[in-house]
Amino acid sequence: MNYMDQAQVEKRMKRRVTTNKMMRKLFLGSTLFGLIVLAILIFRVLYQGIAWIDWNFLTGTLSTNFENAGIMGAILGTLWLMLVVIIVTLAIGIGAAIYLELYAKKGKLQELIQTNIANLAGVPSIVYGILGLTLFVRLMEMGSTVLAGGLTMSLLVLPIIIVASQEALRAVPGFLSEASYGMGATKWQTVQNIILPTAIPSILTGAILALSRAIGETAPLVVIGIPALLIPFPGGLTDRFTALPMQIYYWTLDASLTSEYANLAAATIIILLLLLFILNSTAIIIRNKYQQRF
Amino acid sequence: MTSNSKSEQLSTHSVRQLINEKRSSKSLVHVMGKIIPGILFVFAFVSVFTTVGIIYTLFSETIEFFQRVSFVDFFTGTTLRPLSQNPEFGILPLINGTLLSTLIAILVAGPIGIMAAIYLSEYASERLRKKLKPMLEVLAGIPTIVYGFFAFTFVTPIIRAVWPSVEATNILSPGIVMGIMIIPMVASLSEDAMNSVPNSMREGALALGATKLEVTFKVIIPAAISGIIASFVLAISRAIGETMIVTIASGSSKNVGFDVTESMQTMTAFIVEVSSGDAAAGTTIYYSIYAVAMTLFVMTLCMNLLARYISRKFREEY
Repeated sequence: MNYMDQAQVEKRMKRRVTTNKMMRKLFLGSTLFGLIVLAILIFRVLYQGIAWIDWNFLTGTLSTNFENAGIMGAILGTLWLMLVVIIVTLAIGIGAAIYLELYAKKGKLQELIQTNIANLAGVPSIVYGILGLTLFVRLMEMGSTVLAGGLTMSLLVLPIIIVASQEALRAVPGFLSEASYGMGATKWQTVQNIILPTAIPSILTGAILALSRAIGETAPLVVIGIPALLIPFPGGLTDRFTALPMQIYYWTLDASLTSEYANLAAATIIILLLLLFILNSTAIIIRNKYQQRF
Repeated sequence: MTSNSKSEQLSTHSVRQLINEKRSSKSLVHVMGKIIPGILFVFAFVSVFTTVGIIYTLFSETIEFFQRVSFVDFFTGTTLRPLSQNPEFGILPLINGTLLSTLIAILVAGPIGIMAAIYLSEYASERLRKKLKPMLEVLAGIPTIVYGFFAFTFVTPIIRAVWPSVEATNILSPGIVMGIMIIPMVASLSEDAMNSVPNSMREGALALGATKLEVTFKVIIPAAISGIIASFVLAISRAIGETMIVTIASGSSKNVGFDVTESMQTMTAFIVEVSSGDAAAGTTIYYSIYAVAMTLFVMTLCMNLLARYISRKFREEY
């Protein structure tokens, strides 16, 4: 009795194996597609903008003449923004994470806050812009200042830093805190001296990633009315300011009239990407160097 | 001498008394222990305040808007002319633009993202996967304004070179670039879902003689389908809320239809247009951005809740 037709099997086998091989190439191609586009994007921006970056461009003020235009104001504005975001989100973000992980009783309230944070992370950034416009710029009459922009951005990235900090706190092994309690430490002493120092590298990694999200965001800044005009350099929290993404935005819009502005925008993008690259590298270094495994 | 007298003093107390004394003391440590949880609770509640703030501002100003423009006119109006003599506030052109750009984006990101997920989860070696996945996620870390620049100054000219009837600002180019932006989201989340399918199922199918491709389509994808669909829904939500790419590359014409060569405006781009041209507080056009933002907020919230529901409800437990 013939159970199998060997020729038939081999014929089908061949086809199945070939399809598998071909699809494998297609899948690999899809994976590489994104990376290739990324490479094109970076190459294109470098090609367009690198020649425009010089000392004058970095330290100059904005100018109506594109040949003399500089981005010092935008760089300072972005740094001020970072300062506000770091202070506000680190304090509130870590505090909220400690509460949710270590103090909150498992129950309705904790569930509510947790669900709420998850949902906030999915709210479009422009909606935060509208909240900032209504609450900070108009209601609290801050105007389009560093403080208003910083607080808006802080609210935007807060869910990211809370979730990252929670994960960091959760990763601290129980035997460490139990040893601390065993020595007679109070809960807060344990948090302060044992849990936080252990978790802080991971928390900082998350915080830096959140920060890099904040400095790349443009939409909330447009909505709260951040200009890209000839304004004095920001020197404090209550000064008006512009930021790198805003500068890119306005120069890209100008590019449809005068094509040189596209090069200026590209040059500004290089600076912004460089800043993001430094931030992300720092995050990776902190993670690799200080993160303990138990 | 001092230590002697101290120990004498201590010996008159029992340990129980010592503990009680410690508990009732108003030392700094004790006070901190009482105050800190309260402060931390307030910090945790900031997120709730944020949500309340968003909903309250959107809601109150939207109600103000609907006292000037009727609810029905807003949601069924096919013309949006906020600046004309007889202003008309129909949101349909904006919804049209939003859905069309989202559709283009998901047509790009869906297939490419899922195929990349298959490669990373089923074909790539562990070492290669660990290298490729973070590289792919760099795409998600590029600021959207940079994608906007890329769409406007690079992708659009290329599209126009092969398809001359495409306008300088069109919905096609930002749609494609938005799709590229959300590839990592689809790929990463789908890959997580596929990766969590237990190896025994893979091995069982392979042992029966299936090729990797057959394992993927007949075992892995059906088992991971809830995670994959959830990743799509989240990607759609992300595309709906995306602002800068469409603002820069799609212009501000409020066209209706399915002609991807035309300039169209999305809800997000409308908010940017109105808020960057000084709309005085109190005018109808000023309130209109709240009504549009409310619609946007509700749409993305529904998508996010749907994604959570799908991944919880239909998750296969092994």
